[in-house]
Amino acid sequence: MNMEDGLNLTLGLPGRDESDKESCFKNNNNNKRSQLEMNDESNGSSDHAKEVDMENAPATKSQVVGWPPVRNYRRNNIQAKKASETESGMYVKVSMDGAPYLRKIDLKVYKGYPELLKALENMFKLTIGVYSERDGYKGSEFAPTYQDKDGDWMLVGDVPWEMFMLSCKRMRIMKGSEAKGLGYNV
Amino acid sequence: MFPEEVLEHVFSFLNSHTDRNTASLVCKSWYEMERWCRKRVFIGNCYAVNPRVVIRRFPEVKSVELKGKPHFADFNLVPEGWGGYVYPWIVEIARAYPWLEEIRLKRMVVTDECLEIVAKSFRNFRVLVLESCEGFSTDGLAAVAANCRNLRVLDLRECEVEELSGHWLSHFPDSFTSLESLNMACLGSEVSFSALERLVARSPNLKTLRLNRTVPIEKLSTLLQRAPQLVDFGTGAYSAEIRQDVYSRLADAFSRSKNLKSLSGFWDVTPAYLPAIYSVCSQLTSLNLSYAATRSPDLTKIVSQCYNLQRLVVLDYIEDTGLNTVSMSCKDLRELVVFPSDPFVGEVDVLLTEQGLVSVSQGCSKLQSVLYFCHQMSNSALISISKNRPNLTCFRLCIIEPRVPDYVTHEPLDVGFGSIVENCKQLTRLSMSGLLTDRVFEYIGTHAKNLDMLSIAFAGDSDLGLHHVLSGCDSLRKLEIRDCPFGDKALLANASKLEKMRSLWMSSCLVSFGACKLLGQKMPGLNVEVIDERENVNSLPEYVPVEKVYIYRTVSGQRFDTPDFVRIMGKDKDDLFSDKGLKVAVLFCSNFGTFRPCCCTRSRSL
Repeated sequence: MNMEDGLNLTLGLPGRDESDKESCFKNNNNNKRSQLEMNDESNGSSDHAKEVDMENAPATKSQVVGWPPVRNYRRNNIQAKKASETESGMYVKVSMDGAPYLRKIDLKVYKGYPELLKALENMFKLTIGVYSERDGYKGSEFAPTYQDKDGDWMLVGDVPWEMFMLSCKRMRIMKGSEAKGLGYNV
Repeated sequence: MFPEEVLEHVFSFLNSHTDRNTASLVCKSWYEMERWCRKRVFIGNCYAVNPRVVIRRFPEVKSVELKGKPHFADFNLVPEGWGGYVYPWIVEIARAYPWLEEIRLKRMVVTDECLEIVAKSFRNFRVLVLESCEGFSTDGLAAVAANCRNLRVLDLRECEVEELSGHWLSHFPDSFTSLESLNMACLGSEVSFSALERLVARSPNLKTLRLNRTVPIEKLSTLLQRAPQLVDFGTGAYSAEIRQDVYSRLADAFSRSKNLKSLSGFWDVTPAYLPAIYSVCSQLTSLNLSYAATRSPDLTKIVSQCYNLQRLVVLDYIEDTGLNTVSMSCKDLRELVVFPSDPFVGEVDVLLTEQGLVSVSQGCSKLQSVLYFCHQMSNSALISISKNRPNLTCFRLCIIEPRVPDYVTHEPLDVGFGSIVENCKQLTRLSMSGLLTDRVFEYIGTHAKNLDMLSIAFAGDSDLGLHHVLSGCDSLRKLEIRDCPFGDKALLANASKLEKMRSLWMSSCLVSFGACKLLGQKMPGLNVEVIDERENVNSLPEYVPVEKVYIYRTVSGQRFDTPDFVRIMGKDKDDLFSDKGLKVAVLFCSNFGTFRPCCCTRSRSL
């Protein structure tokens, strides 16, 4: 399936986070990457990798290249942890295709998928519909997806809730037409 | 005069490269004898010499060790494409040494083609160690696995590997049983567990096994049971839902691993599984928990049982209390490494201060090597450390915020580091941080006579600082500097010193294009590489400081594999040394008054 027909420009992921550099570095440059992700990364990904490497630090500290002298793989490991697990909550970023900015939600607040999906529906003023193992979110205009620890994009709902909480790094609400290949009936 | 056989026998006891190099300088016959029986060659800078020159001198080599990029490449200061390609070396040694057994590479660009050549060229190939290398994929590893029938060691330390599949491991044939050491910790892709298990099962000499993150904790006991002779084990991700059966099997497997001396891995730790290793703690001489984001109580419980520990690598989650326990329990400790759990946060919620290091320096009398990241330091703490541990050989302190003064007195940390170099007379490696003036360099130049490698960042006031180091540190071979106000004068005044060193790195300093050119012109034994990625770099005037300069001695002249952002200065035939240049050089040198100018006393002939 060729996704490079130019119509798949995603407006989504504005302010795409530098923790994405994980996907540019060795650990995630594997053939498990889905084609949807490939589309985003296909343009100058190696330049992107170089850029984001320097913008690694959050804005709290002045960003000096190569300081403190901690190697990349160590930074990636530490920061990935910090991003998702804080004392006060398990915040993950949520982007929606077409929306100009991202939101953040605390996964610890929800007891399970139904609450999470309801919260997303309220937050973004949309309808997500019902999940089924076979068909994903068929019948819905939107499909909620998430990026897991390995860097892969998955459909929300496939794994048990606890496993989802531990492995979810960020979320993206995709427009239904793009969710083909993620369980959406073609 | 000894007969050759006697000489050769005597030389066989000389194992260190330095000793061999020294012996070869005694006289011509010793030089000849030595070169014919040298088996291991170590080249600290792959651009310092041409492979053919090495091969011509040493025809009977069995082991080659090469280093490529400068150390600061580890921190992204060396742009992609700078160099360090091992290919030209591989091609030559494949031709010249068909019986080569070992290749060790550090910070080099290694392609799949290189690995394929290695796999096919050396019939008795045994050891491949790639440290901080990049440029190859799992296909290259597959070629090595499939073809190196006598491989003993495959050690990938912190490499950047393009992961095409985990299938490479399955390329070791069933008849392959010689494996002694496998380190695949840096790989991200999953290998077939059954292939891994079978490999381990048919490798009776396997002593080192470092898994990667994808091997789940449930599978560890299987592997440990297959290899009770293991000495060095690295786990995968050490996390799972808490299940009693998994825990019991794991704890049992560890308790049966009577030979285990080194543990590492421990990504994504579920604390409840940590007690499974308690039974081996007292055996351990090396423990690396630096991927375990687990808090002080858990860490303390472990280290308190590691009575024989010699090397400890942890995150600052260990806190001062944990290090205090180390100081009381780990009386054999030689090396301590503490990495920051969050290098970028302003507020510190981890209670690791200078006190932790002070306690370890007090309690661990054999402590020789320290790498410590923290947020605050004081002169008095440094003085205590130096007095407690005059036997330190390697002291690397990184105070995370640049230019931070003594947090008690608000003074620079000159006196503290001065005390380190004064008391620790065997110090060979030093990295400094915090607020430092030219004064600390005066101390270093005066006292650090055994210093081999020095790393400086955000320090000093003027060229005098650099001058102290270059003129005073008799044993200095590697100097790396970033973001310091050091410029042309000290560099030019100490030009001849640079030929006695392996290399000098200076980035974000005040060294001008003109000085680099002058140095390159006057010193044919040095490559002066200006690394500058600015678009307008060709139109910048000569007095403008370069972004980065890397200077190293070489007997092979300039290299020709440079990208466009690297210029090797002063080697163009057109760039003749002019009278004006000489006057400028004399001016620089005479500013130092009593210091003997070096390059300026040379004759004006070219």
